[in-house]
Amino acid sequence: MRLAAVQPLVVFEGIGVTRDGNALLTDVDLEVAPGDVVGVSGPNGSGKTTLLRLVATLIRPNRGSGTVLGARMGTAETFGIRERIGLIGHEPALVPELTVFENLDHIARLGGLDRTRVMPVLETVGLGGAAHRRVRAASRGMQRRVEIAHMLLRQPELLLLDEAASGLDADASGLIDALTRRVTSSGGAVVTVSHDPAHLDGCTRQLRISAGRLALR
Amino acid sequence: MKLLRQAREVARVDLVVEGRVGETLRVIVPFAVAALLVLPLAQGPNLALLRQVGAAVFWTLAVLFGMQIALRQSANDTDARRDFYALSGVDPAARFLGRTVSGTILLTVFLAVLFLATLALYDPPVAGGDLPALVLAVVLFAYGLAALATLAGEVSAGLRSRGALASLIVAPLSLPLVLGAAQTAAGIGRDAGILSWSLLLLATDIALTVVGIAVAGPLEEART
Repeated sequence: MRLAAVQPLVVFEGIGVTRDGNALLTDVDLEVAPGDVVGVSGPNGSGKTTLLRLVATLIRPNRGSGTVLGARMGTAETFGIRERIGLIGHEPALVPELTVFENLDHIARLGGLDRTRVMPVLETVGLGGAAHRRVRAASRGMQRRVEIAHMLLRQPELLLLDEAASGLDADASGLIDALTRRVTSSGGAVVTVSHDPAHLDGCTRQLRISAGRLALR
Repeated sequence: MKLLRQAREVARVDLVVEGRVGETLRVIVPFAVAALLVLPLAQGPNLALLRQVGAAVFWTLAVLFGMQIALRQSANDTDARRDFYALSGVDPAARFLGRTVSGTILLTVFLAVLFLATLALYDPPVAGGDLPALVLAVVLFAYGLAALATLAGEVSAGLRSRGALASLIVAPLSLPLVLGAAQTAAGIGRDAGILSWSLLLLATDIALTVVGIAVAGPLEEART
């Protein structure tokens, strides 16, 4: 019996990103397979966030070629795969005027997801008692938990974490680890970036980015 | 179905947020009503003149303050929110439609309050039988302005001078809307034909909707 080859989720070949004449990423080669947890460390301004936004197909490359979840970079194909990607970024992507519960309910309604899962997911991340608190009044750590709950609700195949563990207590960091395990165990992959390599200890592969160039650590 | 579901949800949340922030009802509407007082205070109690210019003042303030209301929503969109919608699989056309619908509802409420205030202060010649046609003109105007502002917000998203650019797009392009709505309202008062002006409003609304839906996706891709 012949086993089918495992298709990588992300393939970048010689990708370059330039904005306003500045090279943000140069000759990036990257392959992310199902089950991978790829950690990328680097100083501020080295291109970590740009790399994540590129993987999320939120920016298009100026050079090179690649695919994300089978969609060719820089083409309309990426439009159809974005809902399979989850991003926890620097700035919380939440509606501050809505409550914690309403934010997740909004996500469920937009995505046509089962709304009865909202409360159980909030309880999983320890926010069952804060469900009716406005996000504007929630602490940064609590907002991070809401974003983790968002990812648990949506269950993306490709999870992207931008300094996700920064400033979190041990419990919340444990939630990120559990989320990572959940994604990889269901055939997905995680790409996480941090300025602090210590935050990347659990990764299956560690890379370093400097001045927009990616290298093995 | 997905498009309509997402559009309805975008509109619903916009209105919930507006209900809690209250920028339209608590800030812009009182300012617009206060602006109605400027002419009577400057002119003194010249009731004949006030009756004559009431409609013109109404439409002038409707455009000026209506633009602020209509542009407010897209101005509040952060990059994180845009990324969130993109990664949640929200069709850009659904976002355009949802924003347009919520903007239409807010503008209609604003125009209703402004109309009542204009009636009280200027006493323009309006008969009870004119109201259905007037309501139609106001709603078509509100929809068109909301669609235009949403479109302008999408075109200028991510640009440094987006606020100024969006206003510059909306102001000249709202001309057919203002003309259609004002002439429809004036035609009602004079018992003149209003069909051609109402059709101008309707055609502008349809054109803005078609363009908005058609360019929403390409505009989002152009930002990447």
